[in-house]
Amino acid sequence: MSDIPLLDIRDLSVEFATRRGTVRAVERVDLSIAKGETVAVVGESGSGKSVTSYAVMRILDRAGRIAEGSVTFSGMALRALPESEMRDLRGREISMIFQNPRAALNPIRKVGRQIEDVLRQHGQAGRADARARAIAVLEQVRIARPAERYHAYPYELSGGMCQRIVIALALACRPQLLIADEPTTGLDVTTQKSVMDLVTELTRARGMSTLLITHDLGLAATYCDRVVVMEKGRVVETAGAAEIFRAPSHPYTRRLMRATPRPGAGLRDLLPEGAAPFPPAPAPGAPLLRVEGLVKEYARQETGGFLARLAGRAAPEAPFRAVDGIGFEIRRGESLGLVGESGCGKSTTSMMIMRLLDPTAGRITFDGHDIGSIAARGFATSPLRRRIQMVFQDPTDSLNPRHSAARAISDPIRRLGTLRGAALASRVEELATLVGLPVALLDRFPHQLSGGQKARVGIARAIALDPDLVILDEPTAALDVSVQAVVLNLLHDLKLRLGMSYLFVSHDLNVVRLLCDRVIVMRAGRVEEEGPVAQVLERPAAAYTRELLAAIPHPPA
Amino acid sequence: MTDMPAEAFPLPRPSATGNLLRHARHVLAGNPVTAFSFLLLLFLVGCALLGPSLVPYDPQASNSMRALQPPSAQHLFGTDQLGRDILSRVVAATRLDLGIAFFSVALVFAVGGLAGVAAGFFGGWTDRIVGRLADTIMAFPLFVLAMGVVAALGNTVTNIVLATAIVNFPLYARIARGEALVRREAGYVQAARLCGNGEMRILLTTILPNILPIMAVQMSLTMGYAILNAAGLSFIGLGVRPPTPEWGIMVAEGASFIVSGEWWVALFPGLALMLAVFCFNLLGDGLRDIVDPQRRT
Repeated sequence: MSDIPLLDIRDLSVEFATRRGTVRAVERVDLSIAKGETVAVVGESGSGKSVTSYAVMRILDRAGRIAEGSVTFSGMALRALPESEMRDLRGREISMIFQNPRAALNPIRKVGRQIEDVLRQHGQAGRADARARAIAVLEQVRIARPAERYHAYPYELSGGMCQRIVIALALACRPQLLIADEPTTGLDVTTQKSVMDLVTELTRARGMSTLLITHDLGLAATYCDRVVVMEKGRVVETAGAAEIFRAPSHPYTRRLMRATPRPGAGLRDLLPEGAAPFPPAPAPGAPLLRVEGLVKEYARQETGGFLARLAGRAAPEAPFRAVDGIGFEIRRGESLGLVGESGCGKSTTSMMIMRLLDPTAGRITFDGHDIGSIAARGFATSPLRRRIQMVFQDPTDSLNPRHSAARAISDPIRRLGTLRGAALASRVEELATLVGLPVALLDRFPHQLSGGQKARVGIARAIALDPDLVILDEPTAALDVSVQAVVLNLLHDLKLRLGMSYLFVSHDLNVVRLLCDRVIVMRAGRVEEEGPVAQVLERPAAAYTRELLAAIPHPPA
Repeated sequence: MTDMPAEAFPLPRPSATGNLLRHARHVLAGNPVTAFSFLLLLFLVGCALLGPSLVPYDPQASNSMRALQPPSAQHLFGTDQLGRDILSRVVAATRLDLGIAFFSVALVFAVGGLAGVAAGFFGGWTDRIVGRLADTIMAFPLFVLAMGVVAALGNTVTNIVLATAIVNFPLYARIARGEALVRREAGYVQAARLCGNGEMRILLTTILPNILPIMAVQMSLTMGYAILNAAGLSFIGLGVRPPTPEWGIMVAEGASFIVSGEWWVALFPGLALMLAVFCFNLLGDGLRDIVDPQRRT
């Protein structure tokens, strides 16, 4: 390894022109990457980690500009480089992988062609050998049957496969530096593992350098040599991956590490010290919800050509079973985790219990009432509606942009409750206080609230009618870890105070471990394993559970 | 000028309106063309409201002594074949032309918008009926359809409004349907169901307010077309009848004099027509920037 770093960023500041004057997104950042080194930039949303990488590639949007500092890439000052040379550099010398692989691919062009385009653009292949080269590249990123997949369109491939294609595109020209901006956010843990393993292996084999931008400390620790922690546009700490976890020096790094769910840590351990311990949880009471043989089928898209359909010759295919005979029970005051990867049917299951979706077969019994037989369309006005509520995955998407926080929280009471006028207003304030939302914020609209505040509004709305069962659909997936820590604690506090039962739907086993008493592992619409959290996560019986657990990247304890 | 966007967007809360005004000011400051179109709109609305009482001559009064006078200090836009002052007539016509356009757009906004939202939100038969209705209307050349409606129902201002509304129906129904469709499964719609809102209530209180801004932009863009449509109907003699001052008729009447050199009779009402259409088209683009900055082109 030479002494001259491959990429050297000095005193970099980036400004954005906004309505309220210029805002500095990145403030005097120093960062260097040696040849063959893998460096992680870790930080929460708004820390300026992505903006830094955009500044290196000079792809800031129109409002942004590099205010000062220098970026040197193997001896070249990138800031002074003319755009034509910069264009040549992007893709050939420095490549980038983005968060959403599907959005990064052209949806109407075969993936093989897209790889050819890059190869030919940078003169790496001619007309004659482009196809063979593209197939070879596909093979390198472990795409099975590459000659066949050459003809696939992005929509025909899964999220993990699309990310592999994006990696293939990024690495096709053998660049010296790969910038990966949250490359696995939105992918399942097992997919994340295989994608990250692939990136590490390929970059190591070619002696490439990697800049990994992530919010996940565990991921950074597992795959990187050095970690750079950013907060509010500044670098607060730079250290080797092992050291930073052993002895984090900056208080922000310590706070971030504390908030990251990990084995051996309880809910309260995620918060800064000084939080009162939880009162002892009462023993679960009588069964509240019983689900038996639940099935949901979806008709498949008709296959066969247009002519075949016209002639009525299309073969009738068996419908797709999203949920295939699920059965379980939730008792009063208990929280049950429903875990599985995307497409396993966990959300479909929760929607059916929520009575937003009608099951194809099976029974859902809630406190002695057969709610599965009440049509989803009419359930909104059922007296049972108020007893089953839900906290949604995306706090932004689940709040009406035209309703204030107070209106959102009071909506269920207006429709299903009896309080009106001043009594309603004081109940809304009471709920806001309960979930830790400052009362002064109640007049605000969703876009004026932070992610954590929106999550609190969503929770307040769900508990407004004192429900017996609350379904939590990945309630913290869209939140930063420090906010997630606070929200998870809040949820547990509320459960103990109000005696609710939770059905916690998640793909994150570390979070499930914190909040749930029992857990169900789902795969392809079926229950793979069920049992107490400690047992399933410490001594998993099913091979699939073991695989899931092994794929989680952990910060070294 | 600040009260115009507030009028275009029926917002539920004053604080949101305040925000919108701030945003509007920001957009106007950074976009002089939109600011100009706002001024132009203000001018047109001023003409429509106050014009008839400000003009120098009675727009209907003929004076055979002064027929077909070229533009002069006395008659800035000249006079027509009956000696009527063209400036007075052009200004007086603003109220009728803008009125027809406004009411037809308001009508199609209410009917087409509601039908489209219901189609998108409920799907199934509602969608099929609204969709086929829109397809049927689209199957005709739109102007010919408008001619047919007026010819069949009679030559009145109400029927021109109705005809203009009918030809615009598919556009509104389709936009509203598309916007409702993407919001049908949005998180906040599901949340509204959990709060005990029935489907009809969700449609009216959740979906509709959220697509209003987009529809408002469409309204402004269609206004220009509606003005042209109304003037076009009058031009071919199927609209407002003479001697009522109306841009379409005035252009039609003036057309026969262009050959003999009296260009001003057709030119000025034509210019007014062009200005109005131009204004609404610019305004629509500007409104889109205010309402939906993501779609800026």
